[in-house]
Amino acid sequence: MNTKTLKSRAIVYGVLTILAVGMVIPFVWMLLASFKTSNEVFSIPMKLLPKVWHRENYQEIWKKIPLLTFFVNTTKLTFITTVVQVLTSCFAAYGFAKVKFKGRDILFVIYVTTIAVPWQVYMVPQFALMGKMHLTNSHLGLILMQAFSAFGVFLMRQFMLGIPGELLEAARIDGLNEYGIFARIALPLVKPGIATLIIFTFVNIWNDFMGPMIYINSTELKTIQLGIRMFISQYGADYALIMAASVCSLIPILIIFMLCQRWFIEGIAAGGVKG
Amino acid sequence: MTSRQKRELKTNLVGYSFVIPNFIGYFIFIFVPVCFSFVLSVMKWDGSDAPMQFVGFQNFVKLASDSTFIISFKNTIWYAVFTVPLTLVASLLIAVMLNSKIKGIVAYRTAFFFPYVASLVAVGAVWNMLFQPEFGPINEILRALGVANPPKWCASTDWAMWVVIIVSVWKYMGYYMVVYLAALQGISHDLYEAAEIDGATGLKKLRYITIPMLTPTTFFVVIMLTIQCFKVFDLIYVMTGGGPGRATNVLVNHIYNAAFVDFKFGYASASALVLFAMVLVITLIQLWGEKKFTDFV
Repeated sequence: MNTKTLKSRAIVYGVLTILAVGMVIPFVWMLLASFKTSNEVFSIPMKLLPKVWHRENYQEIWKKIPLLTFFVNTTKLTFITTVVQVLTSCFAAYGFAKVKFKGRDILFVIYVTTIAVPWQVYMVPQFALMGKMHLTNSHLGLILMQAFSAFGVFLMRQFMLGIPGELLEAARIDGLNEYGIFARIALPLVKPGIATLIIFTFVNIWNDFMGPMIYINSTELKTIQLGIRMFISQYGADYALIMAASVCSLIPILIIFMLCQRWFIEGIAAGGVKG
Repeated sequence: MTSRQKRELKTNLVGYSFVIPNFIGYFIFIFVPVCFSFVLSVMKWDGSDAPMQFVGFQNFVKLASDSTFIISFKNTIWYAVFTVPLTLVASLLIAVMLNSKIKGIVAYRTAFFFPYVASLVAVGAVWNMLFQPEFGPINEILRALGVANPPKWCASTDWAMWVVIIVSVWKYMGYYMVVYLAALQGISHDLYEAAEIDGATGLKKLRYITIPMLTPTTFFVVIMLTIQCFKVFDLIYVMTGGGPGRATNVLVNHIYNAAFVDFKFGYASASALVLFAMVLVITLIQLWGEKKFTDFV
């Protein structure tokens, strides 16, 4: 390696490291602030590390607002929505990709028509209809409005289309019925698709703010994202506690992200997952 | 019934049984609301049990003279005009650097990608503190660097939109970086080797091979980013609430306020259809481009 390439390598590492540190700073600041006193968070001159590590901040947040209830609610919503989304999407995708039934194309066109319509466009009429069905201010309503996206069906259908027809035909000849083929042959082959759909649904629902904000009024039904907002509006000056609550809300996502990073990357790289 | 008809009937029933669970939910909770939004846009309705009233295109006429709507529209375009190119350039450059056989790529990639999966509410709260005008660390650093009167950021009508743009780029860049990384893997090494024989250096290779070869990806990224910018809301709601004044009020703010603050559901739907029209135009450009670039690749 000559000095010139060596020098340009050093520049690349230098620039990347500076940028990466810049990206992470808000999270580091959040974590450090969560151990400070609220006065210390904005002390001038700025102190990076807390003088005393106030671990009790992480006990206090659970007492100030019903954070535990919010965690339980969010976990429940995330879990149920993800399960319903993944199961029904896989089912429908198999039907659309591998069973030649009458009216299939028309049904599929109905899915296609809405793929370009962002949720923000129909959130108002959707809310109005949910109100008519008495599904607003309920977890059931939130689950139903988020569990049946066309996106899940499209993603899984792409994976299902990749399964060779001969494989399924062979199974049919061996006497397996269509449900058996779905469960024993198709599903194992689309595992990467399922993993992608699971984590993206999980992260979207866990982080969702607008859905719960529009649909949920009762405190006992609120989610963790609404909880942090509640914290900010009620204890606006308790910066340290707001940061502690924020850290708590990020931990599950961080864990999922660390464990499943590969599926995030592959899902996006495959071009199947929308931003 | 012949045995063939029987078999067909059975296939049909099996097919329906697979599709129906998702289809029913999708039809009721997504397809019907989408159709309903067109109906609602020509109605006057407060969302209560009182009947709707047909008003023709009045809602759209009203939009044209509603100063808040016009500002929201302009702000949305303004936000997109800066966020799209900044995010694009940042994600492209980082992807190119990461692709140059870097050690520890996973650690770097994690740092750039994590903001994308982090919750907006938490992230918005911490950025608000970082940008806090009097005591926030960003202004403290600026003062230390000799800026006597640093911007008031989210409290200033001139700067609030810039804060939103900066945080957007920070948050969404990682996603497009991954898209670019995947595309970069697809560029053949032969091209670079040939260029090296001809004496091309790093920057020349970037300019004459990498960027042209990435054209279809860049097109895709521009489309995705533009649509994402048009429907921005959460980030703005969390950071500025559309303020100060109407400085960061975007289209979805307008839809949200019309429906859930003023209870004008028809008017909100008309506003939403404007958003839909904007997204539709971009989608049509995408369809046109996809045809073009399939020849290109």
